[in-house]
Amino acid sequence: MRIGSADRGPMTIGQKLWQVSWSLVLFLIILTGIGCAMLYSAGDASWDPWARRQLIRFGIGLCLMIVVAVTDIRRWLRHAYTLYFLVLGLLVAVEMKGVIGMGAQRWIDLGVVQLQPSEIMKITLVLALARFFHGASLEEIGRPTFLIIPLLLVAAPVVLVLRQPDLGTAIMLIMTAGVIFFLAGVRAWKFGLVFGAILAAMPLAWTLLHGYQKKRILTFLNPESDPLGAGYHILQSKIALGSGGVFGKGYLSGTQAHLNFLPEKQTDFIFTMLAEEFGMVGGLILLGIYAIVLIYGFAISLRVHNQFGRLVTLGITGTFFFYVFINIAMVMGLVPVVGVPLPLVSYGGTAMLSLMIGFGFIICAYIHRDVRVGRHGNGGDD
Amino acid sequence: MFREDSSRYKKFSRRAMILAGGQVALFGLLAGRMYQLQVLESRRYKMLADENRINIRLLPPPRGRILDRFGVPLATNRENFRVLLIAERTRDVDQTLDALGRLIPIADHERRRILKTIKKRRDFVPVTVQENLDWKKVSSIEVNAPDLPGVVIDVGQSREYPLGPDSSHLLGYVAPVSEKDKARDRSGDPLLELPGFRIGKSGIEKQHERRLRGKAGNSQLEVNALGRVIRELSRQEGQPGDDVMLTIDLGIQNLAIEKLRDKKSAAAVVMDVHTGGVIALASVPGYDPNAFNVGLTRKQWRQISRDPLAPLTNKAVSGLYAPGSTFKMIVAMAALEQGVVLPDHKVFCRGHVELGNARFHCWKKHGHGWMDLNAALQQSCDTYFYEIAKRVGIDKISEMGIRFGLGEATGIDLPSERGGLMPTAAWKKKRMGVPWQKGETLVAGIGQGFVLTTPLQLAVMTSRIASGKLVKPHLVRGIVSGGVSQILEHEDPTPLDISDEIRTLVMDGMNSVSNTEQGTAYRARIAEPGFELAGKTGTAQVKRISKHERETRVLKNKERPSKDRDHALFVAYAPVKNPRYAISVVVEHGGGGSKVAAPIARDILHETLKRDPSGYRKRDGVAGEKEKGRKA
Repeated sequence: MRIGSADRGPMTIGQKLWQVSWSLVLFLIILTGIGCAMLYSAGDASWDPWARRQLIRFGIGLCLMIVVAVTDIRRWLRHAYTLYFLVLGLLVAVEMKGVIGMGAQRWIDLGVVQLQPSEIMKITLVLALARFFHGASLEEIGRPTFLIIPLLLVAAPVVLVLRQPDLGTAIMLIMTAGVIFFLAGVRAWKFGLVFGAILAAMPLAWTLLHGYQKKRILTFLNPESDPLGAGYHILQSKIALGSGGVFGKGYLSGTQAHLNFLPEKQTDFIFTMLAEEFGMVGGLILLGIYAIVLIYGFAISLRVHNQFGRLVTLGITGTFFFYVFINIAMVMGLVPVVGVPLPLVSYGGTAMLSLMIGFGFIICAYIHRDVRVGRHGNGGDD
Repeated sequence: MFREDSSRYKKFSRRAMILAGGQVALFGLLAGRMYQLQVLESRRYKMLADENRINIRLLPPPRGRILDRFGVPLATNRENFRVLLIAERTRDVDQTLDALGRLIPIADHERRRILKTIKKRRDFVPVTVQENLDWKKVSSIEVNAPDLPGVVIDVGQSREYPLGPDSSHLLGYVAPVSEKDKARDRSGDPLLELPGFRIGKSGIEKQHERRLRGKAGNSQLEVNALGRVIRELSRQEGQPGDDVMLTIDLGIQNLAIEKLRDKKSAAAVVMDVHTGGVIALASVPGYDPNAFNVGLTRKQWRQISRDPLAPLTNKAVSGLYAPGSTFKMIVAMAALEQGVVLPDHKVFCRGHVELGNARFHCWKKHGHGWMDLNAALQQSCDTYFYEIAKRVGIDKISEMGIRFGLGEATGIDLPSERGGLMPTAAWKKKRMGVPWQKGETLVAGIGQGFVLTTPLQLAVMTSRIASGKLVKPHLVRGIVSGGVSQILEHEDPTPLDISDEIRTLVMDGMNSVSNTEQGTAYRARIAEPGFELAGKTGTAQVKRISKHERETRVLKNKERPSKDRDHALFVAYAPVKNPRYAISVVVEHGGGGSKVAAPIARDILHETLKRDPSGYRKRDGVAGEKEKGRKA
C-alpha cells in the first residue's frame, strides 16, 4: 500500500492520480483476470460469450473507478442524498414497468444498457448513511429517535427490492446498513433488540415469502431430499467441489462444469467451477486474494481522518465481504441459494460496474484522507 | 468537533477491529467447509461425479449360429438395416418424413408414432422409423442422403432361419424377453434388461440359450447433463455366443420334411444307433420362426395357436401315439426273457382270441394259421401277441418298454419333450382306482390301449434293438467357440441289459418283415445289396371298430373321415448286417403302416445310407461286408 504525504491545500488531478492506491487496483485486476479465465473455461475454451464482454466491462469499470476516486470527497458528501434518491427513483421505476428477467423484475432498460438499480443502491445507501452519521455526534446517535431517519433510508430500498422480489439483495442491503450503524456507534444492545425482533417476525415473514423462496430454504436445510428437483443445484455444486479434491481436475477439465451438471456456472456458481478445476488450493488462493482486498479496506479506513470517508470505506468493504461470503457459503451449501454473484469473478455487468464504483469511493477516501470535511461537505473545522 | 471526532474515531476503530475479527472467523468457516468437502468427503463426491458423467452401455454379443453336422448354417444372424431419424439434425421433421416417405412408404399410424416419440425424447435421441429394410431401400436412402438431413441408417443383427418353417420345431425361435423369462432366468444377465434383446423361446434356441447368447460387452460413455454422449471412455468387447453344431444332417432333414410335407401331420426321426446322435428330426406342419422374431400380429398368433394340426407342437418329441404293432418287439422280448415262450413255440391264429366274454380280433379276419415268433413278427399276427402278452403280463412288458426307452422322456436336449406311458397294474390302480383287466394286457400286447410313445422314443427303441447299447438321443455334436471346434459326440454307450440271443431273434423277425415276401413291409424294402433294412410296420387304431362293423364290413381307411383314420407307423434300422441308422415314422391318420409309413421310411433311410453322415462305411469298409465283432 502506498502512503502519500499529507499535504494541505487542494490537490491537482496529477497529484490525486499519484495518490491512487495502485497496488489495490492491481489486486482488483488479478481478481478480474481469474474471473475471465474461469469465464473462458465456462465458455468451453472460448472468449465468447462471456470472457470478452466481462473484460470490456472491467475496462469501463476501471475508468469509472478512477473518475470517482479523483473527484473531491466533499462533493460526494454533498450529493450523497441526491444520488440516493435518484437510485431510489430508479427502483420505483423498475417497480412500475420493469422488464421481466429471470422471473423477477430487476432490470431497467436505458436503451443502450440494462440497468439493475438494486446493485447501485448498495453503493448509494452506503453514501447516504455515511453522510447521515458523518454529521451525528455520539450523543445524538445514542438517542433512539435519532435513528428513525437512517432506518427509513434503509427500509425504503429494502421494501422495493423485496417486491421485485430479490431476497439476496435485500439481505445485502440490510447487512451493509447494519455494518454502518455498528461502526457509527449505535449501541450493541440495540442490535440485539433488532435481532430478537427479526427472530420473532420470522414466522410472519415465512408466510410472506414466495413459493420458490420457501422451497430454496427448505432445500437448503436438506438438499439430498430432492436431488433431481430443487436440491439439484446445490447437490451438483457440492459434487463438483468435492470431486475437485485438493489440486482439482485441471483447467478446462471440470467434468461437472463442462458437461453442464453445474448450473449457472458463469454467474452464481463460478466459484464451484474454479474449485473443481483448481481444487482446494485454487479456492484458498482466491479466498486469500479477497482477504488482501479486505485488508486494504480496513487499513485505508483507519487512515482516513473524516467520518464520512471512514464509513464509506468500511461500508463498501463490508458489502464486498458479504458478496464473497454469501456466494461461497451458498455454493458450498452453508446458506440457502440466494442470487449473489462472486465479486469481479462472476459474469454480470451491473455488479461489476457498481463494485468498481464502490472501490472508486474507497480510493477516493484514501486520496482525500487528510481533507477536512465539514458537516455538509464544506471544508473547514465546523 | 475535533474532540468529538476523536471519540468517534476511537469507537470506529474498536468496532472495525471487531468487524475484521468477525470476517476472519467467517472466512475461516469457508476454508473449513472447503477442507470438509474437498479433502474429507472428496472420495464420495468423486464417485458421484463419475456416476453423473459415465453411462455404461451394454454391447449385445452376436448370437452363436446353429450348424448342421457338416457345418451348414441352420440359424444365422443377418444384418438388420434400420432407418433412424435424429430430430435435432433435421430442418423440419415433417418435411424430412415426407421426403423419406417417398422412398419407403410410411403408414399414417407409423408416422404418428414417430412424431409422438420425437416429442417425448430429447432432440438428439435417434428414433426408429423402420426396421428390416432390404438392400434396395437402403441404397435408395443412401443415394438421397443429401435431401434427408437427420436420417441415419443403422445396422443391427437379427436372427434368420434359412429353412423357415422346415426347421421351426428343431431350432425353435427367438423373441423379446418377457417378464416370465426374466423371473425364470436367474443368471442376472444384464442383457435380459436390454430393450429389444431376444432370447431362445423353444427348440435348440431355448435349450442351448446360455451357450448361444454369449457375454455382453460394455462401453463406458461420457454423457453430459442432458444425456448426450460426448465421447467413449473405454470399451470392453463382449464374448460372442458359441456356435452349436448339431448331429443333424441337413440333407436328410430336408428330405424327411419333403417326404412328410404332403401328409397333413406327421413326424420322423433318424438316429445313429451307436451314438444316439439324431440325424433328422422332422415334424410337420411347422411355423415360420422368422415371423416370431419380427413379432406376430394378434390375428396371426390366434391362427397358429388354434390350428387343429398343432403347428406349434414338435410331434417328434411331444406327439403321443399308440405304437401299434411296432410295440410287438418289446412284447416278444419280454416273453422270451421271462421264458414264457420259446422261439419255436407256435400259436394258432383263427383271426381272433376269446377272453371271458370278450373277443380280440387279429387284423387278418380269417386268421394266420400256425405262427411262430418269426412269422408272427413278419406278418404282424395279433393273435400270437395276444397270447404271449397274456402269458408274460403287463408289468414285464412295460418294464421291457422302459428298458428300450419307451414311456419315459429320453432326455434329448430339446424343451417340451413328453414322456408317454408304459402302463402297469399298480399305475392303473393308483390312477383310476380300478384293478388292471387281463383284456387290457392283450390290447397292450399289440401296442394299443394305454400304451403311449413318441416318435423319438420309437427311434430310440429301434436303435437299442439294433445296437444292443443304451443309446441316448442327443442333438449337439459339438461346440465352436472362438473358432475352435470341439466334438462332444462319442460312440460308446454302455451295453443294454438284454441277451444277444433274444435281440437277434427279434432282429431276425424284423428282417423277415422287410426282406421276405410275406413280410408286411416287403414292398417297402431296399433292394440295393448291402443297404437292406429291417423294420416293423404299425397301424394304430384311432377309433374302436364296432361289433356291427365287424359283422358287416370294416371300412377301409380311405373310406373313413380323416380324423377316424388309423395312424400309420414304421420303425426300421439299416443295414441289416452291421446296423448303423434307425428311423421311426408316424403319419397321423395316414392309414396303414405298411402302405403309408414304410415307403417314406425306406426312402429316407436309403438316402441316409447313401449319404452316410456318420461315415461308418469309410471307417468300416464297404457296408455290411465287415462285421467288426458287432452282432448284427
